[in-house]
Amino acid sequence: MMMIARTRAWVATARLSDAMIERCLLLAALSAVSTLALITLFILREGLPVVIAEGPWAFLAGVKWAPSRGAYGLLPMIVGTAVVTAGALVVGVPLGLAGAITLAELAPARARTLLKPMIELLAGIPSVVYGFIGMEILVPFIRERGTLGGPGYSALAASIILGIMVLPTIIGISIDALEAVPRSYRDGSRALGATQWQTITGVVLPAARNGIVAAVILGMGRAVGETMAVIMVAGNAVQFPGSILAPVRTLTANIALEMSYASGAHAQALFATGIVLFIISLALNGIAGRVRGSRRKATP
Amino acid sequence: MSRLVTVAILAGCSAAADADVPAGGVITLAGSTSMQPFAEQWAEEYHGGRIIVQAGGSTAGIKAAEDGTADVGMSSRSLQPAEITGLTQTVVARDGIAVIVHAANPVRALSLVQLRRIYAGEIRNWRDVGGADATITVITREDGSGTRDAFQQFVMGEAHEIATSALVTAYSGGLRKMVSQDPGAIGYVTFSQLNTQIHAVSIDGVMPSEPAIASGAYRLQRPFLFLTRGVPTGAAKAFITFVLSDAGQRLARTQGLAPVSLE
Repeated sequence: MMMIARTRAWVATARLSDAMIERCLLLAALSAVSTLALITLFILREGLPVVIAEGPWAFLAGVKWAPSRGAYGLLPMIVGTAVVTAGALVVGVPLGLAGAITLAELAPARARTLLKPMIELLAGIPSVVYGFIGMEILVPFIRERGTLGGPGYSALAASIILGIMVLPTIIGISIDALEAVPRSYRDGSRALGATQWQTITGVVLPAARNGIVAAVILGMGRAVGETMAVIMVAGNAVQFPGSILAPVRTLTANIALEMSYASGAHAQALFATGIVLFIISLALNGIAGRVRGSRRKATP
Repeated sequence: MSRLVTVAILAGCSAAADADVPAGGVITLAGSTSMQPFAEQWAEEYHGGRIIVQAGGSTAGIKAAEDGTADVGMSSRSLQPAEITGLTQTVVARDGIAVIVHAANPVRALSLVQLRRIYAGEIRNWRDVGGADATITVITREDGSGTRDAFQQFVMGEAHEIATSALVTAYSGGLRKMVSQDPGAIGYVTFSQLNTQIHAVSIDGVMPSEPAIASGAYRLQRPFLFLTRGVPTGAAKAFITFVLSDAGQRLARTQGLAPVSLE
């Protein structure tokens, strides 16, 4: 009797503590989500007044940014972000894809176990270190070797630095996509007489296409959001870059550069810059998610 | 603002409990971020009471002095006529703004007009101001910075704007580094940031120096102002008297500022 009662009590306590742990986990999960919701609300509350006052069109398509003179046009920075991001992809995608193919398809297992963690380590280097290397080595190099002139602080410098910074994202996700291609595809291709290279380009890459596209889009998101390294090498001039050797300012750089002394409408305009960035990253993540999702459906 | 008041009240409580501090000796300073480090130095050396220093920008400092949330407002820019209502301005130090070039640049003198035309993007080659045949890399501070405000006010004026092609950085140390690396660069930093890596140029024949800034001969400068509602009284008056005393002014000079006047 005693035994049963005790067991019952124990079971009841265990159930209670299970329920409590569940509640706690739920609370933790909700707090993460609600943080996101609060951040969104806060950015909107701070940023929207100036967008409404200026008019969304004047804000997004305005070509002049001079907060001390009441001009809040974001277009040069939107273009700056686009140019630098495109440049980062030009540098990062071929390198990343080559790296992923090498690691997933060609490299012997030992080289792989050595190289993959090293690439992951790239993601762990603080962005200020990338920026510093860019400022100390890349910028003077571009200034002194560039036949077209320019101050060195440029869209080109930012693109190269960002191109390296997006490598871990692109390589990591591309490797996952390549590894998800069933072994039978490769065997079938080889059995039909295709060489290894023909198998990679003709069978494996097309099969992994969606995952690779997702990798590129997530790399794009990384490039759009990077701040510190870009501020240090891009020159931050608010203008439409005439060439890749001209300085540019990105949306993230705009916020970080001017936040310390901004007040009033200027501060609101920086929050509004944040809204634009927020929408861009949401869109990129959404697209990447969809592309990856469709791959899962396609391959059983 | 309410946070400022809370801090002042909390500090007031702890000050009252502190036996070393005379009763009623708590003063709140608020405003200019550029002035904050200097104000903290003064506060540390001042033994007549407890000083609380809050940053927040010159505009916030002017407002705080007006509505009484701070005993003393700090502004590192001259007040606009509309802002002066009922405020007493005391110049506590002067901060020179030095125009700097690469150490190897032979150009050592510019006129105010040449400087304006360089920053407006009208003069683009050092050859046009007596230097080598090289493109000028114009570097400026970010919009909102007090140093940029003062530069805009004295060099560009209302009618001219700094060219959008100018490189922008948010740190005066970073700006100095950029100038020290690029033989074609020109920039501006506060006088205290001058060092041997870069060269200051004279403006209209006057080199930035402590005496030239204090006497007003070097025009590219901004006043560091203490603002009080009406004539300063009591604890605020005692603190301002200390800041203007030989000891207070000496402290300003060791920090790279120019004194209010040359005695």
